[in-house]
Amino acid sequence: MNTLAQQQSPLGDTSPVVNISVFAGLILLTLLIAYRASSSGNTSDYFAAGGTFSGAQNGVALSGDFLSAASFLGIAGAIAVHGYDGFLYSIGFLVAWLVNLLLVAERLRNTGRFTMGDVLSFRMRRRPVRAAAAVSTLFVTIAYMVAQMAGAGDLVALLLDIRSGTGQALVIAVVGVVMVFYVLIGGMKGTTWVQMLKAVMLLLSVSLITLFLLGKFGFNFSDLMHRAAENNPLGEGMFAPGAQYGENALTKLDFVSLSMALVLGVAGLPHVLMRFYTVPNSREARRSVVWATWLMSLFYLCTLVIGFGAAALVGTETINNAPGGENSAAPLLAYEIGGTVLLGVISAVAFATILAVVAGLTLTASASFAHDFYANVMRGGKADPTSEVRVARITAMVIGFAAILGGILVNGQNIAFLVGLAFAIAASANLSTLVFTLFWKRFNTSGTLWAMYGGLGSCLLLMLFSPVFSGSADSIFPSVDFSFFPLSNPGLVSIPMSFLFGVIGTFVRPRSADPEDFDAMKVRSLTGIGARDVVY
Amino acid sequence: MSNTTPPPLRARYGERSEKTHASFGGIEKSAALGAKTGPDFAGIAGSAEFDELRARLKRFVLPMTVLFLALYLGYVLLAAYAPEFMAEPVLGNINVGLLFGVGQFVSTLLITTLYVKFAERRVDPEVDKLRETAGGGQR
Repeated sequence: MNTLAQQQSPLGDTSPVVNISVFAGLILLTLLIAYRASSSGNTSDYFAAGGTFSGAQNGVALSGDFLSAASFLGIAGAIAVHGYDGFLYSIGFLVAWLVNLLLVAERLRNTGRFTMGDVLSFRMRRRPVRAAAAVSTLFVTIAYMVAQMAGAGDLVALLLDIRSGTGQALVIAVVGVVMVFYVLIGGMKGTTWVQMLKAVMLLLSVSLITLFLLGKFGFNFSDLMHRAAENNPLGEGMFAPGAQYGENALTKLDFVSLSMALVLGVAGLPHVLMRFYTVPNSREARRSVVWATWLMSLFYLCTLVIGFGAAALVGTETINNAPGGENSAAPLLAYEIGGTVLLGVISAVAFATILAVVAGLTLTASASFAHDFYANVMRGGKADPTSEVRVARITAMVIGFAAILGGILVNGQNIAFLVGLAFAIAASANLSTLVFTLFWKRFNTSGTLWAMYGGLGSCLLLMLFSPVFSGSADSIFPSVDFSFFPLSNPGLVSIPMSFLFGVIGTFVRPRSADPEDFDAMKVRSLTGIGARDVVY
Repeated sequence: MSNTTPPPLRARYGERSEKTHASFGGIEKSAALGAKTGPDFAGIAGSAEFDELRARLKRFVLPMTVLFLALYLGYVLLAAYAPEFMAEPVLGNINVGLLFGVGQFVSTLLITTLYVKFAERRVDPEVDKLRETAGGGQR
C-alpha cells in the first residue's frame, strides 16, 4: 500500500481488501437469502395484482422502497455537515406520507390494478393518457436513479479509497452495470424480499448505532450535540435552521421550494404508488401505509442522532475530505465505532438499499413503459407477451445507462438533495393529475395531458436553467452559465404550475369526461365495488 | 336505498390471471380495465347511503389535510424566516426548532392513528354494507 494513500485515507491504515470482503460477503449473503426466500413457497411476483402480501409485510417493503440511499447516506451527511437543515429532509419525507394515507393509497388500490396509468386513464381517453403516464414515470425514475447511482458510487469509492474523478466515474459505471445486470437476469423474483430484508437490516442497524451513540453520551442528547458542535466549523450554529439555506432571501425561498417538493412528491412516485397494488384490498393498503409511517418515524429520528453523532465522533472536516464527501458520513461513523467489520456491515446495508431501490425503480419504469406505452399505445393492446418482455428489457437497459451517465455527472452532490429534485418532478408531473382525476368531476383528458406535460416540462426546464446545471461552482457544468432561474429546486413554481395547467387544459375543451365514468370512479375508489382482484 | 336494482356482479372476482408465459416484472396483456360493464355505478353513486359516506369522509379528510399541510408549512416558514426563534434553547442544547421538528413526527403519527380509528369505526362498516347491496365481493 502506498504511504500517500495511507495518510489521506479517512479509514486509517485498513486495507481496502478487508473492507471489500466483508462488504461483498454480506451483499452475496443478502441476495442468497432473498433468492431462497422467494423461490420457496408462493410466487411473490412484485406486480401480481391483488397480491398476496399482508399490510404489515407490504408496509415493511414500502419503507424499504422509500428509505433509499438518500434517506440513509444523504440525510446523515447533511445533518453532520449542515446541522439542523439536514433534519428538514427527514421531516418532509415523513409528513408526505399523510398525503398517501388520507388521499391516495386506498383510492388508488380500489381503482387501478397495475400501474399509475390505470388510474389516470380510468375515465379519460386511454391511449394519450397512458402515454403521458409512461413518459412521466420514465423521467421521475431516471432522476431518482441518478441519485442512487451516485450514492452507490460514493460508497464503493469510499471503501476502495478512490479519489480521482475518473476513478469514481468508473466505479459508478461498474456498480451501475452490475445493478442493471442483476435486474435483468432475474432479480425480479426476489425484489420484494430484498426490499423487506434490507428494510429490517437497515432499521436494526440504525437503531443499534443510535442506541450506542446515545449510550456513549449517557443518554444525554444535548451532550452529543455539544460534541458535534465542537467538531463542526458552524459551531452551535448547526443546532438551528439556516446554516445551509439561511444566507439570503433567495436561499430561504429555495428552502421553502425544496420543502414543498418533499411533502408533495411522495404521492407522485410511481414505484411507491405501485406498492399499493401488491396487497389484496384497500384496507391492507391503509395498513401498509400505517406500518410504513411508524417504521419511518423510527428511522428518521435515528438519522438525527446518527447525523449529529457523525459530526461528533468523525468530525465534519474528515467527512468533507473523504471520497464521497457528505454521503460518506454514516459509513465513516460506523468505522469509528465498530471498525472494519461495522463499516463493511453498514456499507453492505447501504448498498443493498440502493440495489433494492434501483431494482424496484427499474422494474416500475420498464413495466410502465412496456405496458402503458408499448402494449397499449403503440400496439393498441394487442402486443404479444414476448415482444412486451423484450421492450421491458430494453427499457430497463436504457434507463440504467441514462442513470449511470447522470450519476457520473452529479458525482459529489449530496444525494438527498438530488432525490429532492426527483420529488419535484414527481410532484409536478403526477400529483395534480392524480388529485384532479380522483376529486374533480369536470376534469377531462385535455386537462390530464396539460397537467402532466405542462408540469413535467416546466419542472425540467426550470431545473435545466437553474444553478444545478450551470453557473455555480458545484453545478453539473461549472464552466458555463446559462442559468436564469435562481432556485435549485423548482417545486415552488412548477407544482402550482401543473395545477394551473390542469385547470386551463380542462377548460380549453368544452366537455368534461364521461360523467358515468366519474360515478364509477367515485364508487369504486371508495368501496372497491367492481374492482378486479380486490379480495376481502 | 337505491331506486334502481343493481344487476348481479359477474363472477369476475374469481378471475385471476394465470401466468404461464414468460414475463418480465409480471407484465401481461390482460390488465385492461373494464369500466363500462359490471355493477350499477350510477345507481350506487346516486344513493343516499353513498352520499352520506362520501360526506362523512370529506368532513374528516379535508380538515385533516388542511391541518397537516398548515402545520408543515408553518414549521417550514418558521425554519426559513425565524431561525433565531428556532435557535432559542429550551433544555441544554435542545432548542425550539428541534422540539418543533420532533413535533412534526408526533403530529404525523397522531393524525395517522386518528384516521385509522375513524376509518375503521365510521367508514369500513358502511363500505361493507354498500358492497353487500351491490351484491358481490364478499368472498
